[in-house]
Amino acid sequence: MSIISSFRESSRAKPIIDRIHQRDTGPVSIMEFCGGHTVAIFRSGIRTVMPVHVQMISGPGCPVCVTSNGDLDRAVALAKTPGVILATYGDMLKVPGSEESLMQVKAQGYAVEIVYSTLDALALAEAHPDREIVFFAIGFETTSPAAAAAVLQARDRGLQNFSICSVMKLTIPGARALLSMGEVKVDAVIGPGHVSSIIGSDAWRFLPEEYGIPVAISGFETLDLLAATDALLRMIEAKQPDLVNTYSRIVKPGGNRKAWGAVQQVFELRAASWRGFGEIPESGLALREEFAAYDADRRFDIRVAPAPEHPACRCGEVLRGVALPPDCKVFGTACTPEHPLGPCMVSSEGSCAAYYHYQRQQR
Amino acid sequence: MKHKQILLAHGSGGSMMHDLIRDVFLPAFDNPLLRQGNDQAVFENPGGRIAFTTDSYVVQPIVFPGGTIGELAIHGTINDLAMGGAQPIGLSVGMILEEGLEMELLEDIVRRMKRAADDAGVPIVTGDTKVVERGSCDKIFINTSGIGIVPPDVHIDGASAKTGDAVLISGTIGDHGVAVMSERKGLRFETPVTSDSQALHRLVARMLEVTKDIHVLRDPTRGGVATTLNEIAVQSRCGIEIEEERLPVPPAVHGACDLLGLDPLYLANEGKLLAILPEQHADAVLAAMRETPEGADACRIGRVVADMPGIVRMKTGIGGTRIVNVLTGEMLPRIC
Ligand code: SF4
Ligand code: SF4
Repeated sequence: MSIISSFRESSRAKPIIDRIHQRDTGPVSIMEFCGGHTVAIFRSGIRTVMPVHVQMISGPGCPVCVTSNGDLDRAVALAKTPGVILATYGDMLKVPGSEESLMQVKAQGYAVEIVYSTLDALALAEAHPDREIVFFAIGFETTSPAAAAAVLQARDRGLQNFSICSVMKLTIPGARALLSMGEVKVDAVIGPGHVSSIIGSDAWRFLPEEYGIPVAISGFETLDLLAATDALLRMIEAKQPDLVNTYSRIVKPGGNRKAWGAVQQVFELRAASWRGFGEIPESGLALREEFAAYDADRRFDIRVAPAPEHPACRCGEVLRGVALPPDCKVFGTACTPEHPLGPCMVSSEGSCAAYYHYQRQQR
Repeated sequence: MKHKQILLAHGSGGSMMHDLIRDVFLPAFDNPLLRQGNDQAVFENPGGRIAFTTDSYVVQPIVFPGGTIGELAIHGTINDLAMGGAQPIGLSVGMILEEGLEMELLEDIVRRMKRAADDAGVPIVTGDTKVVERGSCDKIFINTSGIGIVPPDVHIDGASAKTGDAVLISGTIGDHGVAVMSERKGLRFETPVTSDSQALHRLVARMLEVTKDIHVLRDPTRGGVATTLNEIAVQSRCGIEIEEERLPVPPAVHGACDLLGLDPLYLANEGKLLAILPEQHADAVLAAMRETPEGADACRIGRVVADMPGIVRMKTGIGGTRIVNVLTGEMLPRIC
């Protein structure tokens, strides 16, 4: 039997790592904006092979983590509405809302179903014509085309019992908000892979052009991430911030026009509330008037009180990149993946969970 | 007359139950001890220390690429004995059947159990069957217990790993987990991944021929290699360092994991063992393992270290390091 080993990876990684060590940049902070990258960076041990002057920090890249307590409370209220089956992704269940998590709500006997995609939720609606299926849609640009497709299909099939509670967000306004706050020093950005495959690499040009920050779009393989990091350091070294796409096998400059077109057909921009950031204008996706029938916010009159975040939880700061998970007093003690106090410890893409799983005492 | 499905009356203790035992179980499991038809099996004590274990199998799906719940129940209990260095001498089988279970399916499972026990050379010496109402169990639950004899001078214990010991694995990882997962999700891969379910007591016997000085044996079933190594690190109060490059992950498992967002380190194996033993014996034991069919792909994956007790860490492919944690909760495919 042939056995995969990563020896090829190590022999190809070596020269890139050597180059990274030789680049004369001074101290730099590189931020990744994608939860998938956070996990890949930890899993591959990239942080541990970086020179000391290169710091890698995680941004607000996990769709579960940035979901605000208020939005979570809305999902809880929806799940408790008579006749409703709330469908959502597995990770979402464990995130503590201001009073309770969806998991606790499910344990009380309310209908909360785990799905893997919006289309699963649609199938649920077809299977339960007597119930209202509400899909609690989190996610960035990557997941929004599937949500748009589900709404269009629901309309085509004349489904009356399917709606979406959209808390979907856009990465670009999130990134802009973070940089405008100026709290954290970001010298370079690793651009998200999946997101960019939808919106296109050109969407990130504003980073070098307006902020003078180089950006490299990267895939999820270790070598992709190393190549992207090296490209960023090269641009810093040369003082020529630009956009580099090291994931061109998947990401095109203009993105996926068809997928993004469907999103624009179904959704419009609105303000969204992000954990750690508060409300960011034009950063969320809401259903257009034309699709009001599929909008849970319009179908159900759900009002929730403003929701504070857990006092000990520093998720907001972690998401803004100003605190590292081990800076949080309860990290690894009161807050663990088994008993998370904040979402960053729940989601597999959350920074605290990644630190806990892969790094723990090492900084 | 023979029924197509299990009926409640099959568990009533009356004539239908006798028919079931006579027509399905006895012909399959037949051996002198079982044929006596007593409530217990009585056998000679060959001397030495006795190992005793039990396990219940409630897997879903019950049929998957490369096996069924039946083989798992036989191999699993044999392996639990073998991981203590014991050579199994007899098994019991207790079945809980759901009313309505297809008779054909039951017969197939029973046949496979018989074959697995025969291949392993371990007789099924006593058994029990209950039938429960529809909905009270999921088709079929199987409990197997086993007795084995531990040879003198063998002291295998999860708490015995010592700094400097070598960590070996008897073959590829992740096969069973991917086989079950793909069946559950109705996925078909180009190269089908089949379960690695097999009995390991002969492999263990071969290893013990080389040296009795084996510190730890464990089969990385639920939770996979990562979870099992963590248990050992905690029990033995030592650190364990494994090398990513050395992990034997078959390409098909690798591909399936990429697709499903799974990590082979956490996938169940049903026919593999991890061995921790003094470095001085490692090469000889490894060579002996590779001569056996069960251990043909055996390799060394790491070593026991003194620092970071209770923690498993990995040297990654690019020479970095990271922690390998226990699995927390269920492995969920990623959302995007
Ligand atoms: S949705 Fe995709 S691009 Fe976004 S954080 Fe997750 S892995 Fe990254
Ligand atoms: S360790 Fe827990 S409480 Fe602290 S920031 Fe992370 S998720 Fe929040």
